[in-house]
Amino acid sequence: MKNLKTTTKVDFATYLGVTLAFIVVMLCQQFGLLSRSLTGMLVPICAYIVMAVSLNLTVGILGELSLGHAGFMSVGAFSGVIASQSLQSAIPTAPLRLAVAILVGAAFAAIAGTIVGVPVLRLRGDYLAIVTLAFGEIIKDLINCLLVGYDSKGLHMAFNLDGSLTINDIGMAPDGMAIIKGAQGATGTATIASFPAGFILIMITLVIVLNLVRSRSGRAIMALRDNRIAAESVGINVTKYKMMAFVTSAALAGAAGALYGLNYSSLAASKFAFDTSILVLVYVVLGGLGNMWGSIIAAVVLYVLPEALREFADFRMLVYAIVLILVMLATNNDQVKALAGRIIPRRKGGAKNG
Amino acid sequence: MEFLSYLISGISLGSVYAIIALGYTMVYGIAKMLNFAHGDVIMVGGYISFCTTSYLELPGWVSVLLAMAVCTVLGVVIEGLAYRPLRQATSLAVLITAIGVSYFLQNAALLIWGASPKGFTPLIPAVNSKGEPNALRLFDGQLSVSYISLLTMAACIVIMVALTFFTGQTKLGKAMRACSEDKGAAQLMGINVNRTISVTFAIGSALAAIAGVLLCSFTTSLMPTTGSMPGIKAFTAAVFGGIGSIPGAFLGGILLGVIESLAKAYISTQLANAILFAVLIVVLLVRPSGLLGKYVPEKV
Amino acid sequence: MAEKKQFEKGKMVPVPSVSIIPERDLDKTPILECNHLGIDFGGLTAVNEFNITVGRTEIAGLIGPNGAGKTTVFNLLTKVYHPTRGTILLDGLDTHGKTPAQINRMGIARTFQNIRLFNNLSVEDNVKIGLHNQEKYSMFSGILRLPKYWRQEKAAHERALELLSIFDMQDLADHQAGSLPYGAQRRLEIVRALATNPSLLLLDEPAAGMNPSETAELMENIVKIRDTFQIAIMLIEHDMSLVMGICEGICVLNFGQIIAKGTAEEIQSNPTVIEAYLGKQQ
Repeated sequence: MKNLKTTTKVDFATYLGVTLAFIVVMLCQQFGLLSRSLTGMLVPICAYIVMAVSLNLTVGILGELSLGHAGFMSVGAFSGVIASQSLQSAIPTAPLRLAVAILVGAAFAAIAGTIVGVPVLRLRGDYLAIVTLAFGEIIKDLINCLLVGYDSKGLHMAFNLDGSLTINDIGMAPDGMAIIKGAQGATGTATIASFPAGFILIMITLVIVLNLVRSRSGRAIMALRDNRIAAESVGINVTKYKMMAFVTSAALAGAAGALYGLNYSSLAASKFAFDTSILVLVYVVLGGLGNMWGSIIAAVVLYVLPEALREFADFRMLVYAIVLILVMLATNNDQVKALAGRIIPRRKGGAKNG
Repeated sequence: MEFLSYLISGISLGSVYAIIALGYTMVYGIAKMLNFAHGDVIMVGGYISFCTTSYLELPGWVSVLLAMAVCTVLGVVIEGLAYRPLRQATSLAVLITAIGVSYFLQNAALLIWGASPKGFTPLIPAVNSKGEPNALRLFDGQLSVSYISLLTMAACIVIMVALTFFTGQTKLGKAMRACSEDKGAAQLMGINVNRTISVTFAIGSALAAIAGVLLCSFTTSLMPTTGSMPGIKAFTAAVFGGIGSIPGAFLGGILLGVIESLAKAYISTQLANAILFAVLIVVLLVRPSGLLGKYVPEKV
Repeated sequence: MAEKKQFEKGKMVPVPSVSIIPERDLDKTPILECNHLGIDFGGLTAVNEFNITVGRTEIAGLIGPNGAGKTTVFNLLTKVYHPTRGTILLDGLDTHGKTPAQINRMGIARTFQNIRLFNNLSVEDNVKIGLHNQEKYSMFSGILRLPKYWRQEKAAHERALELLSIFDMQDLADHQAGSLPYGAQRRLEIVRALATNPSLLLLDEPAAGMNPSETAELMENIVKIRDTFQIAIMLIEHDMSLVMGICEGICVLNFGQIIAKGTAEEIQSNPTVIEAYLGKQQ
């Protein structure tokens, strides 16, 4: 089974690499080697890694440009926060509650993914991209209007569509707990996210995505990317597999969002704007389309980069931008690519499927 | 009467979007790329104009010309340094590079002018030195249309007509159309593709400068992120009208402005953007290539 | 005595299919029957009154000058286009309203005039995608790597190599499809189509770009495929040595209409056909 060996090796190396990195970071943390700001970055990095890997499923494997990925992250974040806050008495153990919240976030994001997917996946290319962007903005604006609170009677929710309602108008008892306050977002959230949980989420995401790609369904999805008309001609149901990729990607983004949301005591929907979608897209493209371990490395490097550029003080974002442009020029310039091709070993002919 | 007032402000807002969208669509047509940095060129145009009027104390129309000049150079330089080397690369690679350029411009502006909003003196102030509103009064004073709105709408129409004439009748315009159809064939016909693309970016950037001045005249404030949202909306408008189509960009921009204005007035300010985008989605579902776009089916 | 019930009957008309099928297939349902098939694109009639019957194990040829509408007929059969009029019966079943994916599952597979491979994937993966509906397991089996996954993947791997061996391509299994030479790409497309287990295989210019010895080899392989799999094959070709060599029933199209049908000998001596290809004799 010569075929499976190369890709299995790559997958195994990915799992190993992530596990080793986790162990190393945990050790550094134990010995106090990590600065305060780096420690604070650990959970967000995990969330962004999952975001990048899940977006890679849509952009790299399915081949469709999605500019609204942050929308699914925010659905996951806020539904996860609602779940976690309202289940505080029902599930007192934090790690278990975190797991439930992540599952809830993933589920709601999957629903959102299905609602968005049905119209979106009928379109092509740039039109599909713009509609995903549109949905991302719509989700953000809708969450900005959301008022959620919890008391002994259960959850209370309202949509503040015309700006006239406040948290006091949702029929909550005075001793109830406000969870989401419209444009202010989630406040007073118990921060139960942890780095080990993030690591586990990354591993689960990798298992799901890598196994999916190596399976029959993954081949069907990649067939759609490479040649939709030919895929149809061999009996592949286009809608089914486009939705499969898109909804799985959305669900994983939702899980990442839940982890992210439960890492901050307050979180506004504006955090999940178009900029965030673009940020994750940059990770995916720089890491290589279809290349999951590339997404992981890109996410880590690019997230930490502004921190590492601290010495440039005010210039750091400028340097970041210049670095980004230069890297894009370098990786897409023919001479550089030929050079890299000689260094990095490839399969005969270099098949590109993750 | 109220409705008419909202409609007119929608059209003038839409005119700004249309001017921006025209820049997007022209560049897309020829370079097949979505220039995400376009919104930030608008912002640069605004800042140059601001500097000209505030620091150099030159009149408004000079600031527009200066902004156009600077932005034109900026656009051509960006194209030459960042996009031209990637002409053979995938469109996704160029998109990410454009995003890099966008970050660069925003942060450069942040460094140069700071984060706090600058008060922008409109091209035609809302009230003149005597304290009277600078506006056209219709229907016995019930409807007031500010001169800046009129200027914006007029500018949009003039630009639209000029561009249509340019691309249809002039040699350079025809060269642009040829390049957008087939660069290879255009080159074989003796067209200097590099120069044609540079000119397209130059025109697009000049339009962005004009849009920047007009936009800031409406909002009267200016920040490094000012160009971002209008850029996204104009990009939406261009796709809405059919990407690559000049009348489409015009129509898309105007419609978007009207929808935004009416949504803000009659439904909800918070949800105005959401409604805008929802309308876009519905239209694209019914007409998958935009309002005036051509649906080109794949040959099997 | 009760009154005999009268049933409403439609008006009966003869079907002008006027086709020939191999005698060995006479006792079985024809695999393909097109009646009055036609399509208009706006004002242009691309195909009109296309009537044909293809036997279950027939090798049929569809020929005609460029632009005659041959690929359009293939597109109609595979539901890339939907007919403006007429019916298509596949193994006796009406294919009205089906999608291309459904048609493939019903039993028609095709290759394309401009090769459409999954260029970024390996040769073996291209064939395995053809086997998509043959070796099935769910998305969850795939993610959780249940025993069914391992069983089906092994079976798919073996089947893929078996199919590739028809053209002696099993050693190329790991190569990227897009990096293969032109002839090999054409052959891979045929293997992929075969993997879908069709009852009717449509080949669109399979010999395009091949030299005489490659063409001769292809002719042998097509006949071998028909004999091994006992399926019907319809091919569009410009290479007359191939068409006259292996096609049992030939249909000639010009300007979207059938101008002649018959065996190779009948077609070769048909004056209308000669005129269509070579022009009117002065």
